[in-house]
Amino acid sequence: MGVKVIPRAARVYIGCALLGAGTCVLPALRPGAAVPWGTVALLAALYALCELPARCRLIGRALGGSVPMGTGSFFPVLLASALLLPPAAAALAAIPGSLLARVEEPPAAPRRAWRAAATALAVWAAALTAEALGGPTALGRGPDAPDLPYALLPAGAAALAFCLVLTALDGGIRATAGGLPPRAAWRGLLGRSLAPHTVHGLAGLMMAVLWRSTYGPVAALFVLLPMYISCWVFAQYHRERAAHQATIRALVQAVDIKDTYTRGHSERVGHASVLIARELGMADDRLDVVRFAGILHDVGKLGVPTRVLTKDGPLTPEERRVIELHPEYGHEMVRGIGFLGEARAAILHHHERMDGSGYPYGLHGEQIPEFARVVAVADAFDAMTSTRSYSRARPVPTALAELERCAGTQFDPRMVTALVQALDRHGWQPAVTADETAPQPEPQPEQVPPPREPLPAPAAKEPA
Amino acid sequence: MRPGASTVGAVRGAALLLGLTGFGATLWYGLDEPGNALAFGTLIALGELARWGAAPGEREPAPLGAAGALAYALLGTSAGHATTHGVLQTVAVVVAAGLAGIVPHIARGRGPGLDHFARRVLTVGFAALCFQPLYNAGAVTRYLGQGPAYALFLVLLLVLTALCDAVLAALLLRARTGFPYGPLLRDELRAFLGIGSAVCATGTVMALGVAAAGLWALPVLAVPLLLTQLSFRRYAAVRTVNRQTIASLARATEIAGCTPPGHAHRVAALSAAVGRELGLSGTELTVLEHAALMHDIGQLSLVDPVEGGATALLPAEDQRRIALLGGEVVRRTGVPEAVAVVVERQADPYREQPPAARIVRAVNAYDDLAGDGAGAALGALERLRLGTARDYHPDVVECLARVLARGGAPGVTSAVPG
Repeated sequence: MGVKVIPRAARVYIGCALLGAGTCVLPALRPGAAVPWGTVALLAALYALCELPARCRLIGRALGGSVPMGTGSFFPVLLASALLLPPAAAALAAIPGSLLARVEEPPAAPRRAWRAAATALAVWAAALTAEALGGPTALGRGPDAPDLPYALLPAGAAALAFCLVLTALDGGIRATAGGLPPRAAWRGLLGRSLAPHTVHGLAGLMMAVLWRSTYGPVAALFVLLPMYISCWVFAQYHRERAAHQATIRALVQAVDIKDTYTRGHSERVGHASVLIARELGMADDRLDVVRFAGILHDVGKLGVPTRVLTKDGPLTPEERRVIELHPEYGHEMVRGIGFLGEARAAILHHHERMDGSGYPYGLHGEQIPEFARVVAVADAFDAMTSTRSYSRARPVPTALAELERCAGTQFDPRMVTALVQALDRHGWQPAVTADETAPQPEPQPEQVPPPREPLPAPAAKEPA
Repeated sequence: MRPGASTVGAVRGAALLLGLTGFGATLWYGLDEPGNALAFGTLIALGELARWGAAPGEREPAPLGAAGALAYALLGTSAGHATTHGVLQTVAVVVAAGLAGIVPHIARGRGPGLDHFARRVLTVGFAALCFQPLYNAGAVTRYLGQGPAYALFLVLLLVLTALCDAVLAALLLRARTGFPYGPLLRDELRAFLGIGSAVCATGTVMALGVAAAGLWALPVLAVPLLLTQLSFRRYAAVRTVNRQTIASLARATEIAGCTPPGHAHRVAALSAAVGRELGLSGTELTVLEHAALMHDIGQLSLVDPVEGGATALLPAEDQRRIALLGGEVVRRTGVPEAVAVVVERQADPYREQPPAARIVRAVNAYDDLAGDGAGAALGALERLRLGTARDYHPDVVECLARVLARGGAPGVTSAVPG
């Protein structure tokens, strides 16, 4: 969310959550309350210990990976405490850990307070649900076996309650602090978190059962290891997904060594391609691919001798023929990269024309892959609107008029219309111009899409 | 006979013998607690079925099957009642369930390797042998009771079992590839920290869970492990993509006409072989291989390509400049920093280089100089030997000579085919 100054609404909201959490915890702190302090202390310490490696890089590295774990990796501990303890005590056990856990962005203090309050409330709700359904008695004790098929009900209900409360509260903070409209704030949150919470609920149940059995808390600890590894792998997965973007950047950088003109051009073509594709109503995962296609469309220029590529003045027919090989070189380079999917065909065919006079294959009309038609329009548009060594930049309306003039012969009219509409709606802010000397592409995370939020990308994007 | 074939034969033979004995004994004496056997058997078979979509080289393609088998080997009590199944019944159930789960895969022509299955049988046999006789004689309950000590005892046994498995795996790998044993064992042990430890922990928890709560514990615990398996798959898939990208960057120089076809892959394969010979393992080898694949990327900056891509013949200053530019690109690929460092330092005098860069430098020079023909290869090696005062590390050159004498880069490398 990147909020530096906390809006008033958010402050009030966090205040309310803190107040609510305080009310939940209070009964445990009253004198005379029957709280199993030993269990509370053990669970609280366990949860805090689990969150610690993510906080301190040093410990994290010692445990075999410097990748910070997402918070929420240790919900099984919380759900186990919801099953083992009375509601107020369970909420209390959650607080030290969530106060200690890592905070991604500043300001840290309000975020910590908020998280502690939200977690405490969620655990309290889960414990209340479990208690109402007779969870604690269904767990068995010592040599008495638990009432197992039945115990799944309170455990499942507790996990559900936990998930619901957490999602509701999270949506609230997104609406108040992030300034999102309420519907956008909650959209997709529940769907994403339901499945992981069910799994956490099962692990929490098993932890609670083993905790109460004759084998004691030691045995319960073993449940955490597979969960921990699963979460660690998941964190790795996100890091690696970010590496996807990085490898795309590496390919662009490789072209960049040869021909500095392409710097910025590739990114802008990627951006324009996404504008067109979004206007055509393409699905989100295809948008990523069309962006890759736009960014990488000229990667084949690697195969063109630098002398030809950077030549000032008119090209000889021979040199022109060499340059026209670049779509094929590009395709040859990226054909092994599974996740580029349709983008590979776009790279091969982005110089085809609707009337069949393009290269390399002279395809026409619908024979040309859809993405190639998108990229062709985006490429031409950016070429006209940016300054090159041989021509000055033209204003956007002139470029659009030129595109419309060539629609049907050179470009797909559908794509041109889409670009015109998209620019009407969003305007065109070229991020980097080709003339800028030595722009540092490093701190520009918006150039390539950030890895999308939580759960796994659709299976379609995985390589075969 | 291939060297090492006897080792592989011995391992397979032992597994076959153990399996057959298990079946024979179980048929002869009948099945103890058929309910438990059926439940664990089903779990193992399902776990094997869940191999779908496993990548060919995946370390543990069926973690659920492995965890279920280990749990059955270490099962003492079930919901408070003592069990009596022995070592041989454990082996029989694991083999039968494993086969049942594998049959559909074999029918589709994608069965797992025999070695993997043999290893599974032997490992489970080992775990059961450590636990069942002691338990059935009552010694475990007498000395350790049914408390935390019992749980810790199970963990200890599983750690021993994991060690045994790693030793077996390294043995088989050595027999097949001829790589030195030490680094292979280290690799196996390090890899155990990943999914192996999750399998072991789940095995322990399943055994304890069934002891405390009966067979219902099995499905409850299977779900988190399946999640782990799924995460591992995705992780592996993304790693594949990264490797593909590296391979395509390696191809870039060839397409640009900077290097002869196949140069990057040859250097990578030979570097990996030399690296193994020098005792590198795991991450170090991956870094070495990736660096070797991308070592020539800096040449893209040259206005005119070097003749034949042979940078080894350029003046030292130019070599270093190209190396620095290459490092710049590699830094952006998202591969570990170490890879970029190797690419950057590949042209430095060997005393200032990290070990991997020494290897890349020597192997690259060899490939540049050798061309084709045996005479050229010998000449190239001779030139490297003459350069050991400053440019090439003497040990690396000698190692390269040994590897070449054995017939170049042997057997498998993890290099991506172009």
